[in-house]
Amino acid sequence: MREITFLEAIREALRQEMELDENVFLLGEDIGAFGGCFGVTAGLFEQFGAERVMDTPISESGIMGAALGAALMGLRPIPELMFIDFTPVCMDYLTNQAPKVRYMCGGQVEKLPLVIRTTSGGWIRAAGQHSQSLEGWFTQVPGLKVVMPGTPGDAKGLLTAAMRDNNPVLFIEHKVLYGISGPVPEEEVVIPLGKADIKREGSDITLITYGFMLQKTLAAAEELAGEGINAEVIDLRTLSPLDHDAIAASVHKTHKAVVIQEACESAGLAGLVIKSLMESSFDYLDAPIKTVAAYDTVIPFSPPLEDAMLPNEERILKAVKEIMG
Amino acid sequence: MQLPKEKLLEMYQKMFKIRIFEESLAEGVTAGTLPGFVHLGVGQEAVMVGVASALRATDWISGTHREHGLMIARDADMNRMRAEIYGKVTGYCKGKGGSMHLAVFDKCAPGCNGILGPNQTINNGIALALKKKGEGNIAVVMFGDGASHRGDFHEALNLASCWKLPSLAICVNNEYGISGCVDEVCSVEDISARSIGYGIPGLTVDGNDVMAVYEAVTETAKSIREGKGPVLLELKTTRYRGHFEGDPQAYRTPEELEGLKKRDAIVRFGKELVEQGIATEKELEELRDQAQIALQEAIDFEEKSEYPPMEEIFTDLYYEEGRAI
Repeated sequence: MREITFLEAIREALRQEMELDENVFLLGEDIGAFGGCFGVTAGLFEQFGAERVMDTPISESGIMGAALGAALMGLRPIPELMFIDFTPVCMDYLTNQAPKVRYMCGGQVEKLPLVIRTTSGGWIRAAGQHSQSLEGWFTQVPGLKVVMPGTPGDAKGLLTAAMRDNNPVLFIEHKVLYGISGPVPEEEVVIPLGKADIKREGSDITLITYGFMLQKTLAAAEELAGEGINAEVIDLRTLSPLDHDAIAASVHKTHKAVVIQEACESAGLAGLVIKSLMESSFDYLDAPIKTVAAYDTVIPFSPPLEDAMLPNEERILKAVKEIMG
Repeated sequence: MQLPKEKLLEMYQKMFKIRIFEESLAEGVTAGTLPGFVHLGVGQEAVMVGVASALRATDWISGTHREHGLMIARDADMNRMRAEIYGKVTGYCKGKGGSMHLAVFDKCAPGCNGILGPNQTINNGIALALKKKGEGNIAVVMFGDGASHRGDFHEALNLASCWKLPSLAICVNNEYGISGCVDEVCSVEDISARSIGYGIPGLTVDGNDVMAVYEAVTETAKSIREGKGPVLLELKTTRYRGHFEGDPQAYRTPEELEGLKKRDAIVRFGKELVEQGIATEKELEELRDQAQIALQEAIDFEEKSEYPPMEEIFTDLYYEEGRAI
């Protein structure tokens, strides 16, 4: 299959959906002729014009409010929020407003098609206000789906699914993944939301992860294979709703688990995944579940410090070996 | 008065309906039968009726937690309104929104918002959708003097101005936040003066003069329909009751409260109708009697209605099916 980058996969999904449905439109800061801060929307302004690729002022609340209002009226807006670190300046819309409209009006609004695209993650040397992994906050908001792909193919399929879902979806793109290439179908492809994926089959231990940490986890799994440990890697892909069945099934098979996340130890998805496993799989476990995560501190600017603060392959290997004995 | 007698009498009756509907809610709070926070717009009837009467049924309008009356002015069903405010399944939102989140989408009224500010940015999205449809309808948003101090006000008006949206922002200045009086918390004498910062027209009108409100909204709506961009309209009015029911208003003197009643919008409009020979006192009395009957019907309807079944805890959270193309 043809290989393109994660960034190109996102752009292709946007383009194909915009070609199919004129109600789909983009809005955000510098996404027009400039092409987006990371270049994701490059070329879309030229193809679809200023009315469907709308540049906005620096007004995150203004963007989210306008997107929500347009979705209420049957349009299919896709606002771009440059960094997930900016969600706190428009948190009202992501927590009190969009996820609650349908419920609080008793279903008078049937569909609320709204995909909020944003970026997350470290290793870009941008320090504590542009590098965080805040996805865990949003899994605490019923009414909002949270999606975080780890490969180019999943990025295209999951984004297309998100755009065709009729609920608010927070779609999180890891900045380091943008440059990673992988097989992506040229035609439209839909990967259902809410389904985890076994990225590597194994029988000795289950490694549960998502986003960019999938890449590091797969690399660690290869190294473990060289040492005779056959790890299964589960990519959550959709963080809310979480695929409880997939993680339980794997742990029932391997009896051991490590949860790997880029978010710091006290946040993120690990707590939710472990809670799920405690409820579904306690009797199957041969060892306590371990977590690999960033340390509970601010992401430092200085590159050696950032690299040491964020989780890495070495820490994944260490956690696995502690369990395997 | 230029309007046909029938329309004027309808406006008078709506103002009276709002008054008694709201006062009956106050009785419910005192009696302990009405749960939750209830914010009444008693004293602000000319604002709600003046605005709603000047709009097309196909214009969209939203308000804040104090705008039950707006729904009555918009010809919503008082039975279903009352049921909603009491948390009954026959309510507009199946009892899941309540007083602060009453919404009547079939009257193009996406409702009250429990948070002050976001309805202003959401209105931009509604206006954008209306502009795209090109049927000449406008999006109207009402908010208090307090919400004009929020950042959302700034982001909303700046974006509406840049995009020349068909949006009318109405600041209902009743002089108080909860206890904070405009004298202490507002940087300008007239909030409409803030329009200068957005390069849009701003005007202040006596919000207790229903005809003045009607005329101001008619005129500004006309200019907005012609594509001239948004307007900020400030309506100065009076809040008789506390911020919420149960607020003893210790921050106001008895003289101030007594003085407000001299500006009573309903008494004033009734007097004008009689003095100008448009209606007799007897006709007005009949209109008031009819309104009392309608209120009693609403009370009976609500009392006979059931609370939602337990399944409603989960319904309406998500739209279940994705969209097929």
